[in-house]
Amino acid sequence: MPIVLLRVDERLIHGQVVVGWGNALHPDRIVVVDDDLAASTWEQELYLLGLPNDLEAVFETVDMASDLFGGWKRGGERVFVLTRDVSTMARLAEHGSLHGEEVNLGGIHYAPGRKAVLPYLYLSDEERAGVARLAAAGARVAARDVPGARRVDMDDLIDLKDGSP
Amino acid sequence: MSEVVPARGIVLAHGELGHGLVDAVRQIAGAEADALVPLSNRGLSPVTLADAIREHITGPRTYLFTDLPSGSCGFVSRKLLRDVAGLVVVSGVNLPLLLEFVMSRHLPDAELSARLLEKGRSAMGCSPAPPTSHADRIASRG
Repeated sequence: MPIVLLRVDERLIHGQVVVGWGNALHPDRIVVVDDDLAASTWEQELYLLGLPNDLEAVFETVDMASDLFGGWKRGGERVFVLTRDVSTMARLAEHGSLHGEEVNLGGIHYAPGRKAVLPYLYLSDEERAGVARLAAAGARVAARDVPGARRVDMDDLIDLKDGSP
Repeated sequence: MSEVVPARGIVLAHGELGHGLVDAVRQIAGAEADALVPLSNRGLSPVTLADAIREHITGPRTYLFTDLPSGSCGFVSRKLLRDVAGLVVVSGVNLPLLLEFVMSRHLPDAELSARLLEKGRSAMGCSPAPPTSHADRIASRG
């Protein structure tokens, strides 16, 4: 299982991912899937500055990630795949990449229009619909911020047919 | 010679670490209240965290101290360097470094940042020393 974590986290590469999940799952590479970041060299450099020496990161568009996904699954490297929002992960799912995979919802924080689902997870109506799109594409969706925390199936929290509470 | 405006510091860290560090500095050095302010990233998205940092930048010189270089505090802070003049970001914050800051914040940036890095790094130690350190000492005797 070379893709060891598929996670939605608006902070992308940060302490919980590098230290928390990194120490639990020992990734060789972090793949950030984000159309804007894939085109922004200076922002990529900011993320790379803080990365430990034994971990590499790459930045891909959704289209490129969809093409490469099968290779990551079959490859020898342990890979984290991160997106900063639900809609990007849903787009990846709708390319057929995530059927049978588990998507981890990690950190989506309060912003106007979002309602609390868990202390570390706030979702807008649009994001709830995005979670439903993930489920419809065959992904299992669960929330957990750090490895030692309780895993919560999203279908215990929202209706995965339409994203309603 | 023009006078250097003393820098202000923001300690931006996970959980309550920043608040604890600032409290410790005030206890030890009795620093002026506005010399150093704490800020936590708890529950804040990158966008709201950047907004919170901007609210605390009130002078021409601000040192932003963060904990993990790979954390959201460090990333958001470094991103601000592009559009906030007079900002310096120092990651890996510790108490000796902050004590040095409140005592030396009147120094020009080049001197101050070098002094902070030296102080923060030299404060790290381990007793008993790791075996490799002993090996180095034996080898250095020739």
